[in-house]
Amino acid sequence: MNIEISNGRVICPKNGVDRDNASVYIAHGRIVGLGEAPKGFVATQKVDASGCVVSPGLIDLGARLNSIEAELAAAVAGGVTSVVVPPDADPPLDEPELADRRVHRGEEIGKARVLPLGALTLGLKGERLAELAGLKKAGCVAFSQASRPVVDTEALLRAMEYAATFGFAVWLQPQDHWLSRSGIAHEGEVASRLGLAGIPVAAETIAVGSIIQLVRDTGCRVHLTRISSAAGMSLIQRAAKEGLPISCDVGIHHLLLTENDIGYFNPHARFVPPLRAQGDRQALSDVAAAGGAAICSDHTPVGADDKLLPFGEAKPGATGLEVLLPLTLKWAEAAGVSLPAALARITSAPAEILGVDGGSLAVGAPADICVFDPQASWQLAPEALRSRGKNSPWMGYMMTGKVMHTLVDGRIVYST
Amino acid sequence: MHNPQLNNKGELTHLLSTEGLPAAILTQILDTAASFMEVSSRDVKKVPLLRGKSVFNLFFENSTRTRTTFEIAAKRLSADVINLDITRSSTAKGETLLDTIDNLCAMDANLFVVRHASSGAPYLIAEHLHKIGRDDIHVVNAGDGRHAHPTQGLLDMYTIRHYKKDFTQLRVAIVGDILHSRVARSDIHALTTLGVPEVRAIGPETLLPKYLDKLGVHVYHDMAEGLRDCDVVIMLRLQNERMNGALLPSAGEYFRHYGLTPHMLAMAKPDAIVMHPGPMNRGVEIHSAVADGPQAVILPQVTFGIAVRMAVMSIVAGN
Repeated sequence: MNIEISNGRVICPKNGVDRDNASVYIAHGRIVGLGEAPKGFVATQKVDASGCVVSPGLIDLGARLNSIEAELAAAVAGGVTSVVVPPDADPPLDEPELADRRVHRGEEIGKARVLPLGALTLGLKGERLAELAGLKKAGCVAFSQASRPVVDTEALLRAMEYAATFGFAVWLQPQDHWLSRSGIAHEGEVASRLGLAGIPVAAETIAVGSIIQLVRDTGCRVHLTRISSAAGMSLIQRAAKEGLPISCDVGIHHLLLTENDIGYFNPHARFVPPLRAQGDRQALSDVAAAGGAAICSDHTPVGADDKLLPFGEAKPGATGLEVLLPLTLKWAEAAGVSLPAALARITSAPAEILGVDGGSLAVGAPADICVFDPQASWQLAPEALRSRGKNSPWMGYMMTGKVMHTLVDGRIVYST
Repeated sequence: MHNPQLNNKGELTHLLSTEGLPAAILTQILDTAASFMEVSSRDVKKVPLLRGKSVFNLFFENSTRTRTTFEIAAKRLSADVINLDITRSSTAKGETLLDTIDNLCAMDANLFVVRHASSGAPYLIAEHLHKIGRDDIHVVNAGDGRHAHPTQGLLDMYTIRHYKKDFTQLRVAIVGDILHSRVARSDIHALTTLGVPEVRAIGPETLLPKYLDKLGVHVYHDMAEGLRDCDVVIMLRLQNERMNGALLPSAGEYFRHYGLTPHMLAMAKPDAIVMHPGPMNRGVEIHSAVADGPQAVILPQVTFGIAVRMAVMSIVAGN
């Protein structure tokens, strides 16, 4: 099918394109023209994008797919065309066969692309290495422990050496096991006031420090996920400047919320890592604005009952796939970041971290596209979400930015 | 932010924390408690204020002392008191906290007295009652995790006012494991709200929460220095599980540095009073000579506690 998306504001952050009233031409699952139709192009379908932005599809660096069908539908409804799935499913993704099955199930559903992260260690226990090469062959894009730290530093060193042997990337959420195991909130003013066991910033900086040293020693390419503190982020930026193969991302909620949003024990403000202080949020925002970190949804759907509990017993996390775009726009507006620069954080930056050729509208790129109305507003309500996870600190809020069409592989997989 | 303890007229409808309550409400509770002190001295120790009402004691965590004082207080108000030992019943069978609450609402409860191991649990219950349209049911927090124990905080204020009259001239020291203490948090908020100009916290760094200064508290690590010229000394219980391990090397070393001995107490004003929420660990945080000495007001605290709990229950149930 040949598709022409016309009259939109076409933004491709990777190639510095920002053109009003331009058309994007799609054939055979790829972008074949931008602005001008290629010779002999006849559109079999036209999409009118008047008043809309035509952007590369969003690439979400962290989304849990508890019920894969509903969550992949949620992804494309949120303009997300590729989702990186952490391995902490039940059972953990530590065998090639499991990865294979997950990838095939994703293809069968045919909505967003599923990019699984394989377990770095068997059962995510941090002890024995999983079959990394086998997992890679089955479609895993990198290897991770999800949010479970490797306690044994020797096991981590060996895992990174082994991954470096094959040129595989390792994704780690930097959290010191000992300093984070009993805490439920940022060790700050709010936790002190509310009597919540604290997780100090050192839980992050100690882990970041160890990992940086191991990267220096092994040359392993490492992506650090869900950075929460100013101090942790500053260590990472310094290491990246030093030329080490390190990248990082930030969950969108950590760019907008702080420990103060816990209010009177709001379980929807419980996250791993925890929401930290205003100064931390500001530092993360500054780095993201300067292009030093990608942004992801950290989509974690949980059942309603899992949040109807006292703060410390409630499951952490929030639904994210369908709010990643509006919340990123909200952050950009507050932080004074231009629309193309904001879109880069959720399209080209994640593509670069993954080393895939998505996240771009260049001729020849896969036609993964998000068409959204940047002015349209809608209210976040449980029934507005396709995700099974209705858990959000933003429930009831107005969201600005509405996805109108999503294309994956040149197919329209979602339309409002 | 909406304060879940107050109704839309600004009256106390639940008592969840001493934080965020206006001084006028704290004073109203203390004044009401004073009027109930007389009831306790009568032959028939009863007033009919809660006649026909049902008070449910929901103790998700063990406690004999607090539960008993709430029970006595409710009975003196002529309420029907139902004690539920939940640690051994429904939640052990997998029922959630809010399922339990729904069931008890169906049994025509009027007031829940809640103790729970998780900070914030009474807030969850109060919010749930509002959501299901049962604003007629009240919640009194009898201790949640490390967060708050507001009736203990208020009975401490009652005790201080009884002996010292004017809050605005006092220096008050709170000594010990403040990190894990819901009593300390409730005391701190009540003291600062009632106008105490100097609240001190004394303890080793491992037992003090971070950013205590943001609560208006002066931190001391040296006991003698911290007690100097204080009018009130509030000792906290050191739980057994804190005595060994990474927080403290031993009960003995703790007592040598932070135990209240007659010698240490001499640093405070000669007429300083010594309080303790109980149960005491003699020889761990307090020397017997002090616990049984003339400056200790630990037993009067218990007596005042009944009047304060009567006051709280009658006020919330009346609003």
